[in-house]
Amino acid sequence: MLGETEPQWLSEEVKTGTTIIAIEFDGGVVLGSDSRVSAGESVVNRVMNKLSPLHDKIYCALSGSAADAQTIAEMVNYQLDVHSIEIGEDPQVRSAATLVRNISYKYKEELSAHLIVAGWDRRAGGQVFATLNGLLTRQPFAVGGSGSFYVYGFVDAEYRKRMSKEECQQFVVNTLSLAMNRDGSSGGVAYLVTIDEHGTEEKVILGNDLPTFFDQ
Amino acid sequence: MALSNVLETPAAGFNFENAARNAALEGLFDGGQTPKPLKTGTTIAGVVFKDGVVLGADTRATSSEVVADKMCAKIHYISPNIYCCGAGTAADTEKTTDLLSSNLTIYSLNSGRNPRVVMAVNILQDMLYRYHGQIGASLILGGVDCTGNHLYTVGPYGSVNKVPYLAMGSGDLAALAILEDGFKHDLELEKAKELVRAAIHAGIMSDLGSGNNIDICVITKQGVDYIRPYQESEYKDDRKMKYKYRPGTTAVLTEKVVPLKLEVVQETVQKMDTA
Repeated sequence: MLGETEPQWLSEEVKTGTTIIAIEFDGGVVLGSDSRVSAGESVVNRVMNKLSPLHDKIYCALSGSAADAQTIAEMVNYQLDVHSIEIGEDPQVRSAATLVRNISYKYKEELSAHLIVAGWDRRAGGQVFATLNGLLTRQPFAVGGSGSFYVYGFVDAEYRKRMSKEECQQFVVNTLSLAMNRDGSSGGVAYLVTIDEHGTEEKVILGNDLPTFFDQ
Repeated sequence: MALSNVLETPAAGFNFENAARNAALEGLFDGGQTPKPLKTGTTIAGVVFKDGVVLGADTRATSSEVVADKMCAKIHYISPNIYCCGAGTAADTEKTTDLLSSNLTIYSLNSGRNPRVVMAVNILQDMLYRYHGQIGASLILGGVDCTGNHLYTVGPYGSVNKVPYLAMGSGDLAALAILEDGFKHDLELEKAKELVRAAIHAGIMSDLGSGNNIDICVITKQGVDYIRPYQESEYKDDRKMKYKYRPGTTAVLTEKVVPLKLEVVQETVQKMDTA
């Protein structure tokens, strides 16, 4: 304490410094995330589930500032609840993504969080939306977070159209594993959520059950 | 409904009122050293065990290199079933926990129920997020309610983590090492207390900002056991000197008496009814 500057994590904002990914298949979506939350160089939580439910069949993946991302997810969760009561049925994934986009765009300067929204609804099946910086775009798959930069090449090369549910889950797990190996701000365990018309399935894959690649 | 401010609804959006005030205060010191806020430079830890939650904290409060308070109480009362450890700026943790405690008490009186830990967390998160990190409070909330035993941490920017064991403060890395090694699910009471004590002790030994005694607070469905101090520091100092001096120790050189001429302007007599 004598003459030292205070440790970084006391003043640094807590970031999720993450790898998140969502991919759609015929009949649903698969979302995946790592579990590391860092503040400077210190890991604040090594088991955080970054896949947050917005509604029964709509989830979002959090990245960027932990506080901002959690708050956006909670606000949209509330707004979606009200919306779904008003329309009398389950909300569309596009509605959820629009709500997230509205907040991200309006408070663009103050917030630093990026959420990927993915889910299943009756009208359009499985959908994945990216809402980076306030845009709204539907994509076959989306990656986000600091770890995503290391795996753009992998996802671009390995993605094929019309993959089955199991192939998508394997794709997500492989991507997460590669990103967690290379990105210092990603790590811990992998959380997987699979949403289809029958329901939502949450899974945790522990560290040593993740697939290994050439460096093992 | 319990809000972080029961009397007035807070304005929407972020609250940066204090930023302008801080800038004005810095101006007063004219480029010299502004006084540093009192930071607790702490080790706090919490563990969920079979029958409840154990919270622990050291008792040293520092102001730069000086120990300002050797017996500081860092485990704050929130409600009969919820207690909160605070790290960061001492005033911020005190005030925030007081505010939370009053709001939850009003809620309890209004609804007739014991508050839930998740409510306290939501109120805290709401408030800290609105102040966007300007309130330097890192809090560990632990409690037992009708839904079970819970342990949460809330960061100064408003991020929330729910985990079975935690350590915060400048000594957290040392404490976390002990917790990572010794934690198991559903520990017995004595083992849980010993684990927390060892964690805080590691923080005290390895961090200059933590020290002195260890406080432990055990919360279960049956009630709360606040043990202060649980373990006293071996490095206690018994003051041997007296600081009272007898009259005449300081010699009086001169004495001057000046009578004050006072005029009686008004005199009123009021009878007091003592019966």
